[in-house]
Amino acid sequence: MKLKFFLPLIGFIVLAGFLFVGLRLDPREVPSPLIGKPAPAFDLPVLGANQRANLATFQGKVWVLNVWASWCVSCRDEHPLFVELSKRGELKNLVGLNYKDRDVAAQKWLTDLGNPYQLSIVDADGRVGIDYGVYGVPETFVIDKRGVIRYKHIGAVTRKAWDEKIKPVLAALDNQS
Amino acid sequence: MIARALPAAQISRILRCILRFVMLKNAQICAAGIALFCLTGVVTANQSAQMQRYEKLAAELRCLVCQNQSLADSSADLAQDLKREVRTLISQGKTDAEIKAYMQSRYGDFVLYRPPLQGNTALLWLGPFVGLAGAAGVAAWMMRKRKSVRQEPSAPLSEEDRRELEARLK
Repeated sequence: MKLKFFLPLIGFIVLAGFLFVGLRLDPREVPSPLIGKPAPAFDLPVLGANQRANLATFQGKVWVLNVWASWCVSCRDEHPLFVELSKRGELKNLVGLNYKDRDVAAQKWLTDLGNPYQLSIVDADGRVGIDYGVYGVPETFVIDKRGVIRYKHIGAVTRKAWDEKIKPVLAALDNQS
Repeated sequence: MIARALPAAQISRILRCILRFVMLKNAQICAAGIALFCLTGVVTANQSAQMQRYEKLAAELRCLVCQNQSLADSSADLAQDLKREVRTLISQGKTDAEIKAYMQSRYGDFVLYRPPLQGNTALLWLGPFVGLAGAAGVAAWMMRKRKSVRQEPSAPLSEEDRRELEARLK
């Protein structure tokens, strides 16, 4: 008899629990199916240089692929952190994927704001972006020595995200043979 | 004037020759026309089938930028790119399942508007049926309880109650 009176309350608590968890989930963060999979191949021109780069260029080292564009507002938020990290030598193998941008605008952006990238590859029509499941710029991938995607960060990399997520992943991968 | 100069047999031969030539040409033109007609028919039929497939796929794939719209509904930049990709894949002769797998391998299950039935979506697919079964169970339980209450013969009134009832009804 007692239970009958508590049933609506229990129902409410269960529902509230679901909704509370729902509040904390970010629908923008779609889990990537590419984590743990080999990075998709590409062969793209290098920004500001008369050469091309492909996946094999980066084989054998842990590297970070950052998708950016001069038209992307959030990229401006994360850029100073990348500049600082590369200046301090904390982030060595940072590769830019210049996504659906114009070369002139992209080069001006790097001149104005600093260039933390080892090099930037040019994905003018966004085809490689589709292969990497890019749906919002900026996005950042951590790729290991064997060319496997190990981590993906969606949105601007904040100092918190760097310290708590990306840096530990990089450290762990660097120690791997 | 020339006709009069030529013998009748020759005229008829020339005429027959011309006639045969015209008929041959006509037949050729006819055949070419029919072939062309059939070809356009096949091509347009093929195109409209592809168009239908494209529209169906675009409606079933989610735009990841504006998350509550399908690719067909969305005019976002990425949606345009992905629609172009779907068109390319169709023209390459890929099946619907292959195209969906292509999108799924890049963007995950989220790209499919109709989520597949698997471990992590079991609650989503079966939840409503579980809820319905639960509600039906509760309803059945309540109805049975009410019925059992009704079936219980009410206790006969005591002599005292009967007297009071009669007094009040007067």
